[in-house]
Amino acid sequence: MTKKKISYGFATRAIHSGAAPEPITGARNTPIYQTTSYVFKNTEHAERLFKLEDFGFIYSRLTNPTVSVLEERLANLENSRAAVACSSGHASQQLAFTTLLGNNDHFIASNKLYGGSINQFNKTFRKFGWDCSFVDPDNVKNFENEIKKNTKLIFIETLSNPDGSIVDIEAVAKIASRYHIPLVVDNTLATPFLHNPANWGANIITHSLTKFICGNGTSMGGIVIDCGNFNFLKDDKYPSLSEPDQSYNNIRFSETFGDFGFAMKVKADTLRDLGCTLSPQNAFYILNGIETLNLRMKKHSDNALIVAKYLQNHSKVSSVSYAGLKNNKYYNLGKKYFPYGVGSIFTIKLKNGYKACVSMVEKANLLSHVANVGDTRSLIIHPASTTHSQLSDEEKIKAGAGPDIIRLSIGLEDVEDIILDIDNSIN
Amino acid sequence: MTLKNNIYYADDYIKKILFTTKSIAIVGLSDKENRPSNFAASYLKNRGYKIIPVNPVTNKKTILGEKVYKTISELEFIPDMVDLFVKKEKILTFVKEAVKIKTKTIWLQLGLIDKKSEKIANTANINFIMNRCPKIEYAKFSGELGWAGVNSNVISNKRNLLIK
Repeated sequence: MTKKKISYGFATRAIHSGAAPEPITGARNTPIYQTTSYVFKNTEHAERLFKLEDFGFIYSRLTNPTVSVLEERLANLENSRAAVACSSGHASQQLAFTTLLGNNDHFIASNKLYGGSINQFNKTFRKFGWDCSFVDPDNVKNFENEIKKNTKLIFIETLSNPDGSIVDIEAVAKIASRYHIPLVVDNTLATPFLHNPANWGANIITHSLTKFICGNGTSMGGIVIDCGNFNFLKDDKYPSLSEPDQSYNNIRFSETFGDFGFAMKVKADTLRDLGCTLSPQNAFYILNGIETLNLRMKKHSDNALIVAKYLQNHSKVSSVSYAGLKNNKYYNLGKKYFPYGVGSIFTIKLKNGYKACVSMVEKANLLSHVANVGDTRSLIIHPASTTHSQLSDEEKIKAGAGPDIIRLSIGLEDVEDIILDIDNSIN
Repeated sequence: MTLKNNIYYADDYIKKILFTTKSIAIVGLSDKENRPSNFAASYLKNRGYKIIPVNPVTNKKTILGEKVYKTISELEFIPDMVDLFVKKEKILTFVKEAVKIKTKTIWLQLGLIDKKSEKIANTANINFIMNRCPKIEYAKFSGELGWAGVNSNVISNKRNLLIK
């Protein structure tokens, strides 16, 4: 009765998951469904769709066939149950938090995050009545110490921006699980090829698809992934999932949709009302990028390790923060959680401080000075004056973005050329 | 509700059941529109399955427009499938009744797992599936589940996924 289970490998799934041929024309690649709306078969069909009794398409603010393929692809690659795509990584955080948090709720976040996330949590999210405690993730007990009665989620980056530090995710997940709080993780810089947070106890995953997942720097996008492993019916902490929803005929989302109840709620309610939709055109570009994700991430990581090793012994560099180096304090966590490499974003500290940093950025010829990471092109930036500039001096240092720090995002060019350009600009 | 299915059934096994089944007696089918049993049954009815509500407590004569039966033994014909939306402790009783009327498939909804029932069904040569929902399985193989961004785990090079 039970034949051997077929389990396809990562590369196969990165190309095929969610993307069966288009049934009418047989189009093999996923078409771009550039349409706002979809004709109902009849009034009964329309009613069934609006009640969520039927799966299908109503309006592209909520669902679109090109975007759906991307959602299933990512849910699959993250070993998770379902996903909801949106307009950016920031939008994905907005969607996940709005679904889980109510007024006067609290959450805990690592203090080693992308500067934009720290701003979002510390400034804009407070306007929603959400209080955030930032903690140093290097000691996981710090998360437990901040848990309050109204703590509704814990947030970390699996691989931190900018300094590539790594959180002991399994230990944090154990704490979150003990208090029955969902662990939400940003897996942008790792991608599902390097690291699968769901395998280590994460409950919800967010991504900026703009980075490695798309890979070529053409398209903005984000996604919220429901790992399908958190029981929202266990207590009354998450009423949006466990209580009847009046706008959908009083169904309880977690009861009706089971292990993809959270994703359905994010889509049918939060995305519907916030409107931060992903365009089908961008979904198409991102899908094309994902097809080569495994090849690219391996090469990105290999190139980054070569560059990091080179810079470690450079006379102008006082330190390199890259978890792939044996003397890095996150090296062992990297070995445990990132068997194929620790990505390609890391920081270097220059001996001559702020001035040397500015000069290096100015002199670079191949490395592009942009506010992005995870591109095929190698990128360079001075976080303290750009991506992390809104933070206080103390916050900058805590986030690994002090005045003497340069962030590199190593691309897919010939590694000799990358090293040559760094060498020329640093001197 | 269940978290992560841990019982494996071959895709072909489930597809064959969904393709050959025409009538489904749903034990515990609620008369309330917002209950998961009613939600799933409405979908299956819309997909062309004959739904037969079995509900011992409702005062309603019909649910989803179909005549309500109080028990499995009261049914006037043999349904191809008996689908259980019941409390854990009631599973075995209903499975024995379903075996008695010689239905072709016994299906236990999400969250319901009972090894003893599985054994009884297997001995009687009746298909048996537990901890799954026929609506979700149907949507998985028809491609509709993917429309909702749900990971169906289906990879296919076929144009027409729709199975019915």
